[in-house]
Amino acid sequence: MNFRWIETARGAKVRVLEGGKGAPVLFLHGAGGLLAENPFLDRLAQRYHVLSPELPGYGESSGETLLEDMLDFALHGWDVVEALGLERPHVVGHSMGGMIAAEMACLAPRDLRKLVLAAPMGLWIPDAPLPDLFALLPHEVAQVLFHDPARGTALLTGGLDFRNLEALKDFYIGNVKRLGMAGKILFPIPNRRLAKRLYRLRAETLLVVGRSDRLVPAAYVQRWQELVPRAQLAWVDAAGHMLPYEEPEAFVGAVSRFLG
Amino acid sequence: MKFTWFNLMPWPFLPDDFRQTHRSVWVDIPNTLYDPRRGHFVYHQYMDQLEYADALGFDGIGVNEHHQNGYGLMPSPNLIAAGLARRTSRAAIAVIGNSIALYNPPIRVAEEFAMLDVISGGRLLAGFPVGTSMDTNYCYGQIPALTRDKYAEAHELIMRAWTEDEVFAFDGKYNQLRYVNCWPKPIQKPHPPIYIPGGGSIETWDFCLDHDYNYSYLSFGGYLRGRALLQGYWDRVAARQKDESPYRAAFAQIIAVADTDAEAEKLYAEHILYFFNRCLHVYPGFADAPGYRTIKTIQSGALSQLTEDMQKVFTKLTWKDLIEGGYVIAGSAETVRQRMEEMIRGLHVGHVFCLFHNGNMPDEKTRHSTRLFAERVMPHLRELWPEWKGDDRWWCKPMEERLRPEASLGGGARS
Repeated sequence: MNFRWIETARGAKVRVLEGGKGAPVLFLHGAGGLLAENPFLDRLAQRYHVLSPELPGYGESSGETLLEDMLDFALHGWDVVEALGLERPHVVGHSMGGMIAAEMACLAPRDLRKLVLAAPMGLWIPDAPLPDLFALLPHEVAQVLFHDPARGTALLTGGLDFRNLEALKDFYIGNVKRLGMAGKILFPIPNRRLAKRLYRLRAETLLVVGRSDRLVPAAYVQRWQELVPRAQLAWVDAAGHMLPYEEPEAFVGAVSRFLG
Repeated sequence: MKFTWFNLMPWPFLPDDFRQTHRSVWVDIPNTLYDPRRGHFVYHQYMDQLEYADALGFDGIGVNEHHQNGYGLMPSPNLIAAGLARRTSRAAIAVIGNSIALYNPPIRVAEEFAMLDVISGGRLLAGFPVGTSMDTNYCYGQIPALTRDKYAEAHELIMRAWTEDEVFAFDGKYNQLRYVNCWPKPIQKPHPPIYIPGGGSIETWDFCLDHDYNYSYLSFGGYLRGRALLQGYWDRVAARQKDESPYRAAFAQIIAVADTDAEAEKLYAEHILYFFNRCLHVYPGFADAPGYRTIKTIQSGALSQLTEDMQKVFTKLTWKDLIEGGYVIAGSAETVRQRMEEMIRGLHVGHVFCLFHNGNMPDEKTRHSTRLFAERVMPHLRELWPEWKGDDRWWCKPMEERLRPEASLGGGARS
């Protein structure tokens, strides 16, 4: 896959990871952004034209101050589709990206083909509060996000040597930039009233969730099914919140079967 | 020199094993540890101490705002200040301050500060902190990356409300008000002196210099650690070609005075260690919400106060460490005078926020230490900045003809 640069009509400069041929699939990353290696995208690109834009503040993309609230984020998603010249792409969103994808689909229900929500954020159940992503200590992050935390830690850091202070500082600053942006739609509670807009969804929808997701647990899956009754559901075994990274084969299998 | 007697108002009944059994003194500290019936006496004792400091001749008496915090019992410092405004008539009332991004709408701050200025006869020093991440983001739910923008808008609104004589409409990003009309307005014109407490954000230095506000460096790290940071501020002052009046800056310092150095340790060590070991036990996950600090500030490396490493430092501190590391200035009047002078000259500050009550210090010890300082230390430190004598740009300007409420209350009853 290769990087491509676009500028949106609003003025955000966006880096897009692109590869493959076929029906266009827009992949929206989660609050942690794309990692150093994203094997599930490579796999998806064997069958589809995959385009994965990085939000401002993530990777090399800039224009953070242009996006302040949920509407900005959702419109930015469509601005990116426009700048890429895509016609009715499939939209796949993971975690926070699922929240943005669902908002995009509620805003412009006829402008996408199918919708995949992978461990989506965006709902809040008072009796089942989610862990506070913004108060986790570094060593706790992998425990919440992965079925296998030890493997997860290696995936998150991409093999960086943290004895190197400069590398540590860069990683920290990158993390602050990413979560600072994510906080605009996830802090202090990741609920921007998406639930009251979900009635507008028209696209066929797949929910795909890791069996041991500790960030968005089973009660939320049930709530999504209540709000989007036509949605199909696929579980991925031996995977947590980071299911695309933990079980790329099973994840891409479920997505491909649904997208056709 | 101006000395302000400051009380953080800690809860003095945290259990001995607090650090082992709880993860944080702030944000999610169990509120079952608070006992409102004991709290009744605690508030009155702390307010009495502030009034006592006024009677002893401190230039100011100070309060601040924290939320869900075991060492700061003032979610609303304005309530305490209102009580002080009624019972004192000499000292400046330093409210350092109101976290203006947290008030909805922030015109509330313009109104309440104006009320305090009017009730006190023009004695208000008005602090506008951005607020710690613990207070602002974790307790009050503000979005970290937008906090500073919201703060800037609140500041603009408050200053316009105080200084404009016509009703105006305010179409802000966070506040839309069709009729802004501050009633009452403050006595001090164009507005009370503004103090900006900061923990080392470089944007804050420029903000202070843009508006000629006082920069107050509030830390518990003491003056030896404060020096590097304040040097950064003074370098910025020079770069901006502002005058170097020491009254542009304030510093908070823990102080304890006894008859001898040994006596100071005997009287105060356990209470000050209570403060460092229990009150500063903050869960690192709450210290710095991503987005709260700007990337520029992080890159400058100026922040160190509440990092995980600093937490570890606080766990191991002994009295000797506290003294030698400059966290605490304690000892005989002569020892304290020497070290205060070293601190004031070293930091180049004209204002000191003096922390005499610390942790679970009993009332009589707090008063003893306070009185020794007022009688035997403070008089010798008054004239350290002769070249800036009379520079009152950052001090209150009360009405001459104002009510003196303590006369009718019987001033002697307070000491």
